[in-house]
Amino acid sequence: MRLSALRILLLLIPGLFLAACGSGESNVVQGNRAGILHFGNGTEPQGLDPHVVTGIPEMNIVNALFEGLAVKNPYTLEPEPGVAQSWDISADGLTITFHLNPEAQWSNGDPITAEDFVWSWRRALNPAMGNQYAYMLYPLVNAEAFATGQLDDFADVGVAALDEHTLQVRLNAPTPYFIQLMDHHSTFPVHRPTIEKHGKSTDRFTRWTRVENIVGNGAFRLKDWQLNRRLVVEKSDTYWDSDRVQLNGIVYYPTENTSSEERMFRVGQLHYTQTIPLDKIPVYRAKEDSPYVNAPYIGTYYYLLNINEPPLNDVRVRQALAMTVDRDRLTSTVLHGSNVPAYSITPPGTLGYQPPTLFEYDVEKARQLMAEAGYPNGEGWPGLELTYNTSEAHLKIAVALQQMWKDALNIDVTLANQEWKVYLDSVDQMNFQMARRGWIGDYVDPNNFLDLFLCGGGNNSTGFCDPVFDDMIQQQAPRAKTREERYAIFDAAETRLMEQMPIIPIYTYTSNHLIHPSVQGVPSNLMDSVNFRYVSLENELGVIE
Amino acid sequence: MWRFVGYRLLQAIPVLLVVITVTFFLVRAAPGGPFSSEKAVIPEVKAALEAQYGLNLTLFQQYTSYLSDLTKGDLGPSFKYPGRSVNELIAAGFPVTAELGFYALLVALSIGGVAGIIASLRPNTAQDYIPMSAAMIGICMPSFLLGPILILVFGIYLEWLPVSGWGDIPGDKILPAVTLGSTYAAYVARLSRAGMLEVMSQDYIRTARAKGLPEWQVVTRHALRGGLIPVVAFLGPAFAGLLSGSFVVETIFQIPGLGRFYVQAAFNRDYTMILGATVFLATLIVVFNLLSDILAAWMNPRLRAQFAEQ
Repeated sequence: MRLSALRILLLLIPGLFLAACGSGESNVVQGNRAGILHFGNGTEPQGLDPHVVTGIPEMNIVNALFEGLAVKNPYTLEPEPGVAQSWDISADGLTITFHLNPEAQWSNGDPITAEDFVWSWRRALNPAMGNQYAYMLYPLVNAEAFATGQLDDFADVGVAALDEHTLQVRLNAPTPYFIQLMDHHSTFPVHRPTIEKHGKSTDRFTRWTRVENIVGNGAFRLKDWQLNRRLVVEKSDTYWDSDRVQLNGIVYYPTENTSSEERMFRVGQLHYTQTIPLDKIPVYRAKEDSPYVNAPYIGTYYYLLNINEPPLNDVRVRQALAMTVDRDRLTSTVLHGSNVPAYSITPPGTLGYQPPTLFEYDVEKARQLMAEAGYPNGEGWPGLELTYNTSEAHLKIAVALQQMWKDALNIDVTLANQEWKVYLDSVDQMNFQMARRGWIGDYVDPNNFLDLFLCGGGNNSTGFCDPVFDDMIQQQAPRAKTREERYAIFDAAETRLMEQMPIIPIYTYTSNHLIHPSVQGVPSNLMDSVNFRYVSLENELGVIE
Repeated sequence: MWRFVGYRLLQAIPVLLVVITVTFFLVRAAPGGPFSSEKAVIPEVKAALEAQYGLNLTLFQQYTSYLSDLTKGDLGPSFKYPGRSVNELIAAGFPVTAELGFYALLVALSIGGVAGIIASLRPNTAQDYIPMSAAMIGICMPSFLLGPILILVFGIYLEWLPVSGWGDIPGDKILPAVTLGSTYAAYVARLSRAGMLEVMSQDYIRTARAKGLPEWQVVTRHALRGGLIPVVAFLGPAFAGLLSGSFVVETIFQIPGLGRFYVQAAFNRDYTMILGATVFLATLIVVFNLLSDILAAWMNPRLRAQFAEQ
């Protein structure tokens, strides 16, 4: 029998299928018993070096493995002690003294000292490092000069170790949100001996973040990391507050396909999803005791207008376009009610700040403005191109707006979709007329949105430039005595900005997750930040139907 | 025989060189770079990053240094994953993709082969039309449609099989293998039907029947070997296609294979990873084509005789 091998194979195949019956216990059930959280994390992390990584998935892991001077309370977003037990802010707001917790130690047992922070911040700011988030430390005296290579001596930068457990920071100007920045990974301490053992301190390609090498200081330590499969962390016994940590571990899954992620959740392979496919929202909304959680998120979806190019160089045209976007209809239909209409760049309720609303949906007024600009009922309209990056959701929104403008103003807007990196290049070169854009805040403060529009700012991308606006943001606001006074300055600045309308705000982002009912301690907050120290799992709750 | 193999291997070198050169300059010509991001990168940071990866050299210098590293087997560091080399990423992803491709090929051969043979035995009857129509549907159904359908039926409603993963939960390799294999099963079915039809009309089959052999022995002992030659010739390109085309299936099922890295690398402008994966897959395709040619020659007595003379 010459072809017997082929025959055996033919017999084997059905056997293979039959062998695979019975699904066993789901991750969620097992995890609830063992205290292991199964976390859908979006994508494979780029890396774990706090001074290199830039994305949300990386942040979710790095925050478990490392800890800064302060951390965020997930319920209030107010800072609370991390490596620093307490801090004093001088009367003029220019000096902050951090008192480090003497119990704080690295995962190898070394104590954490103030000198560790000085060395780490020097590394974070070193221009050779290429840290894209170095600007988080720019409030420090001379930090920007050092990071851009204009200053060589780090001793002149406003950070110093007064003794082993005291770190003093000098600021350029009072910076009310500075303590918040201590919870951002670019300001985290890193373990000098480990990094130096594996290469130059500013090297991006060393092996110090590998499972067998990494030393951190967070509530968890790295246990296993399989590329594109999973990353596992376990509770650290050297963490100063380990008594309060309730999870025994977290398994992070790279779930870049949102439909697959949703299916994994449905069969109990995940406790928590990074997001939810848009078309699944109505399905989950309709469920009783729905695991779907939707909350405002500190981000704005908007269109950039290139105000140097006709026809958008006319402020009346920009205003007319903004006024004829029916945001309520857009969010309730295309976006399935998952997002909130926006009329300004700053998301509402950013630590108590409410942005001004200068316009509303008003077709009549918009038509009038267009007529004044020389395009009555769309006559003589030269055409306009809207550039967006390839994505189903961006396309749907663009098509809806295109139709709204056609109906209201009788003007044609053409759509140009571009692949992500091509689109980034177009925006960067201002090679567009109108372009989609989103901005997610790095910290909870209106400043984080308004300083985008400083003259020549790297993320301005509109051509907007107003010296009075710049003065308000850079000089007046930091010197305000009270929060009210500061917010009043921001309000006036944002009013100036929105009068010129270099952008069309469309909606405020929301965070959208599926969270298994057994997961406790993951409150919704504006930063969509999970503090894993607070998370616990209820054992009794099993798989949801 | 050896001369043939040696000649084909020598031919592969200029082919690979062209592939490398074209890919190298094409990816550089694409707008955007590995370090462009939604948040503007200040010029100093960008310059530092480019210096770390040697992007500050001229394009030609980068090309020659890439080629010289390549001769040492070094595919360079990944841009997207700092601290990881391209060799390491390929080493992590390839075994998974190869395993998936192997199972998919088994699925393709078993389903497609059986369907094709059955169809060929009674041409132009229902026994022919039904499997061949199924094959046509299989060719037309893309895996991004078939995958979710299989998941819905077997993973979510029947709860028989896991919906994602690879080697984590028993049975999680089945749905991806079937999804990826089914398109190829359809090709195999058509090829084996055609091959079998040709063989079944040959004189030696008539001789076998005249000897009084039962029909199943005529098929298995005499017809199969000749009838499956077209399928074998298809195996090399098919396996190469399975390896380089598994991206969609890997994404649907969250499989940590090379396909996901490869496509993401293109989106990320991870220059070294794009090049590394291209070089690697191009080499594989050349090798598999060669292997399937050798196998087909071995199965075909006429060609075998030619090689023997050489």
